[in-house]
Amino acid sequence: METFTPITALIGGLLIGLASAAYLYLQGRYCGISGMVSDIVQRHPNFRFSIFFLLGLVFGGFLLNFVYPKALDVNFLLPWPGVILAGLLVGFGSKLGGGCTSGHGICGCGMLDKRSMTAVAVFLVVAMTTATILYHYFIGDPHP
Amino acid sequence: MIGKLLTFLTGVVFAIGLGVSEMTRPEKILAFLDLFGDWDPSLLIVMGAGVGVYLIFQKIIRAKLSPVCAVDYTLPKPGAIDKRLILGATFFGFGWGLLGLCPGPAVTIMSTLKPELFLFLASVGIGQYLASIKL
Repeated sequence: METFTPITALIGGLLIGLASAAYLYLQGRYCGISGMVSDIVQRHPNFRFSIFFLLGLVFGGFLLNFVYPKALDVNFLLPWPGVILAGLLVGFGSKLGGGCTSGHGICGCGMLDKRSMTAVAVFLVVAMTTATILYHYFIGDPHP
Repeated sequence: MIGKLLTFLTGVVFAIGLGVSEMTRPEKILAFLDLFGDWDPSLLIVMGAGVGVYLIFQKIIRAKLSPVCAVDYTLPKPGAIDKRLILGATFFGFGWGLLGLCPGPAVTIMSTLKPELFLFLASVGIGQYLASIKL
C-alpha cells in the first residue's frame, strides 16, 4: 500500500496555504481553527464570520465525497474515553498556548513568529513521542 | 453578506486542501507521528507547502491591501516565549498524538456523522472553557 503521498500532500498544502492567505485578506486575522471554535464558545465579536468559515469546512468536507472520497475514510483507533481525553487536551492546550496546527502551524510559522515556531516544535515533539510509544508498543502500527 | 460568502468559500477551499492531502484521516496523521513502522512523511510536505505559500502571500497582502471585513489587521504581537505557550503546546501535542485528530480536520469530516467527532469537538469546547477560567 502506498503510504507516502508527496503529490497530493503538495497540492493539499498549497490549497491550505492559499485559503489561509485569503482568510487574512478577508478578516485580517490568523486562520486558526481552534481560535474560531473558541470564538463561538465565547461569543467573540467576530464569531459570525468564524461560523461561516467553519460551515465552509463542513460543506467542503461533504464535497470531498465527490472530489476525493478517500479523505473520508476515517477511523479512530481509540475507544470513546480516549476520544474525550484527546479532545480535552487539544482544547485546553490550544486555548492556553494560543493556537493549533492551523494558527501556529501555518499562519504563525508563515509570519516567521518565534512564539509559533516554538509552539510547533514543542507540540510536534510531544505528539511524536506520545504516538510512537502508544501505537508502536501498545496498539500497533497505524496503517493508512 | 459578500464577506460572509467569501469567508465560507475560503473554508471550502481549506477543507478540500485538508482532504486531498488526507490530513482529515487520523490514521494518516498517526503514520507520521509514530516514527517506527511504516513512517509516512506526507504531513511535512503539507506543512511546508502551506507555510511557504502563506509566507509569500501574507507579505504581499499586508503591504498592499486592507482587510475586506475588518478595519485593520489584528495579529498576535511578537512576545516572549512564556510558560503558558510551552505548557499549552505540550497539552495540545499530547492530545494530538493520542488520537491523531486536531480541530480543523474534526470539523471538516463532520458530514461523516461519526459519533466520535461530536464527542471530540464537545471535549475541545470544554477544554477551551477550562483553560479560559484558569486565566
